[in-house]
Amino acid sequence: MPTITFIHPDGRAERIEAETGDSAMHAAIVHGLDGIVAECGGSLVCATCHVYVDDAWIGRVGAVGDDEDELLAGAAAERQAGSRLSCQIKIAPELDGLVLRLPERQV
Amino acid sequence: MVGTGLAGNTGEGAHEASGRALSDIPGLDIDPFAIEYFDDPFPVQETLREAGPVVHLDKWSVYGVARYAEVYAVLNDPATFCSSRGVGLSDFAKEKPWRPPSLILEADPPAHTRTRAVLSKVLSPAVMKQIRDRFAAAAEAKVDELLAISSFDAVTDLAEAYPLSVFPDAVGLKQEGREHLIPYAGLVFNAFGPPNELRQTAIERSAPHQAYVQEQCQRENLAPGGFGACIHARVDSGDITATEAPLLVRSLLSAGLDTTVYGIGAAIYCLARFQGEWGRLRRDPALARNAFEEAVRFESPVQTFFRTTTREVEIGGCKVGEGEKILMFLGAANRDPRRWADPDRYDITRKTSGHVGFGSGIHMCVGQLVARLEGEVMLAALARKVASIEITGPVKRRYNNTLRGLDSLPVTLKPV
Repeated sequence: MPTITFIHPDGRAERIEAETGDSAMHAAIVHGLDGIVAECGGSLVCATCHVYVDDAWIGRVGAVGDDEDELLAGAAAERQAGSRLSCQIKIAPELDGLVLRLPERQV
Repeated sequence: MVGTGLAGNTGEGAHEASGRALSDIPGLDIDPFAIEYFDDPFPVQETLREAGPVVHLDKWSVYGVARYAEVYAVLNDPATFCSSRGVGLSDFAKEKPWRPPSLILEADPPAHTRTRAVLSKVLSPAVMKQIRDRFAAAAEAKVDELLAISSFDAVTDLAEAYPLSVFPDAVGLKQEGREHLIPYAGLVFNAFGPPNELRQTAIERSAPHQAYVQEQCQRENLAPGGFGACIHARVDSGDITATEAPLLVRSLLSAGLDTTVYGIGAAIYCLARFQGEWGRLRRDPALARNAFEEAVRFESPVQTFFRTTTREVEIGGCKVGEGEKILMFLGAANRDPRRWADPDRYDITRKTSGHVGFGSGIHMCVGQLVARLEGEVMLAALARKVASIEITGPVKRRYNNTLRGLDSLPVTLKPV
């Protein structure tokens, strides 16, 4: 299974295994990871599964969708170049090793 | 009526009719719209969950799903389980709807996609940032006011009064006539149910409430800058037509007030009953948002919605024919032990993501961010200002075909 590393705001890294085809958000929720709230559970309403995709991976996770773009504008933490909603990042074998940084806050 | 008289019959070779294999679907003699059920739904919900992934409710000739996995699957397959034939018992393909159908709730893609986008933008996270301070200040003021009188009814004086003090203004409604809002919403949610006394009585008394709502949804009656005016502005940008806009405003009035009343009421009732959780919230008011969310899971203010099958489909290994109504038990799914550890415990630090109290998928509550904002700021204000919430009189339930909540919750607050 592909592995994703989430980096908490304090620098602590947490590696989790994700099912291929699952979203990064859902993998985080299944593992009980703190820092991903995902209030809407992946229905594209809330912007509380915000992550910063590491520079090395930004070209490989697909493009930001229109709805996602609007939601990110209202995210609690600052929007940066690598900002994504982790519910929209679908885990594929080539994303093995993906690094996602967590924002200071989700709500 | 196919399917009646099968109560308890789960044996091989039972009826097969209209292309439906009923043999493996248990028929249950349960009425989830009866007063006795509303009084204590939990043992019955367990029966529904344990009977099988799909059940047949003989009294209303509908199928039901009560386990989390099946409820989630139905919610997330709108092509198979459509909304355009109504999300109540009434099948719009066979019966005339009691009011013009909602353009968002009772619609399927692609029509739904366009109207949903409009409301999503009007109620977006970015908009919540703009209204947050105003909603929080009103919650603080309300709690101060209630502390001054100390003993009151937490349903009318808090759970109703607080949303009424912020939401109609946020929509941009006039002051006059707001007393119609809660009866109108109660009517809408009763009307999703079967033709029982609750529904019939509500519809019989509906005319003045409907007239008020229809009038308020018109552009000239909505204050500039409010949610209502923002919806009408989308006519100018060509996203919706001038005849669609009032109906989308109507969605806000149908679903935006009573639901938050029941949600806040549920949270207060939980915190008043579970003193340990109240103590945790007081020690860390930052838990307010999750305490509200967990109350939505735990009490599930919106208990049920229907879908209609667009084709023959297999659910949890059971075959259901085309054109069948499926009742989704959101409340039962939110307490399914297959999904939730210790489901009957109210735990304000629970990881609640994935609960279906606001639905799931393309029809998931478009106003959920407003609901959470109201719930969060109210619980945070209580946590900071109030030392104790004590229930001081008889707790009375309010009966509605869809909504679960209280009619009266007498409490006494002590200040910090």
